[in-house]
Amino acid sequence: MEEARQNAPVPDEQGIARYRDYLYRYALLNLRDESRAEDVVQETLLAAVEGKERFSGRSSVRTWLTGILKHKIVDLFRRQAREAPLDLDREGDPDDEFAELYFDRADRDHWHTFPRSWGDPERSLEDKRFWEVFDLCSRQLPAQLARVFYMREFLGLETDEICKEMSITATNCWVMLYRARMGLRECLETRWFAPAR
Amino acid sequence: MLNCRRASELVSLAEDRKLGWVDRWRLRAHLGVCEGCRQFKAQMDFLREAIRRHPALREDTKES
Repeated sequence: MEEARQNAPVPDEQGIARYRDYLYRYALLNLRDESRAEDVVQETLLAAVEGKERFSGRSSVRTWLTGILKHKIVDLFRRQAREAPLDLDREGDPDDEFAELYFDRADRDHWHTFPRSWGDPERSLEDKRFWEVFDLCSRQLPAQLARVFYMREFLGLETDEICKEMSITATNCWVMLYRARMGLRECLETRWFAPAR
Repeated sequence: MLNCRRASELVSLAEDRKLGWVDRWRLRAHLGVCEGCRQFKAQMDFLREAIRRHPALREDTKES
């Protein structure tokens, strides 16, 4: 339990290192790669220890560390995006080819398969197996879509921040978020909420 | 009237920014008559809530 911080005592190295597991889970969720996650957590802990005098005490230690980690993850995403430049024709522009995966152009763009009811989906959130399926589906997202989606949904960035970090237009951004959501939704429906019998 | 493809795009867009009133009105009209797209919207809302409660992001788990 976090104690109330009256005078913002500087966290010691142990006080920082105890969050390693939490930070690792957070990093792994975003980076989908164990060794990258380990590296970025290590960098985060080191940066925190070196900069611990700057801890203001206005947030909890965990929040402070997560903030450092988020910045490093965003930096990594930016580098990755630059190294694998976005193929805008495929991933960044609205197009009919993608739409054809889900909608029947010959039938007034109705769904090929209408989304089914998921019943009471909240119940799944306490089921470990649901999260295994969720992580599987999320890892299936192509890297470029995943980065933008994770920045939005896991890291909580606004879309204009994402556009700036990734050097993409607002249109690219919403197209990628749309495709990520469509893919994730379909995967979850197929594999968890309404699997075909 | 919107078709399902366009409705799904607007539902997704609405997750990230406020829609203009025309799009908002058109979307509401479509959702009023399309059960599939209503489910889609509910599922998008659920996804956002679910992610907030992802085990890796939870604040209440034990530390090492």
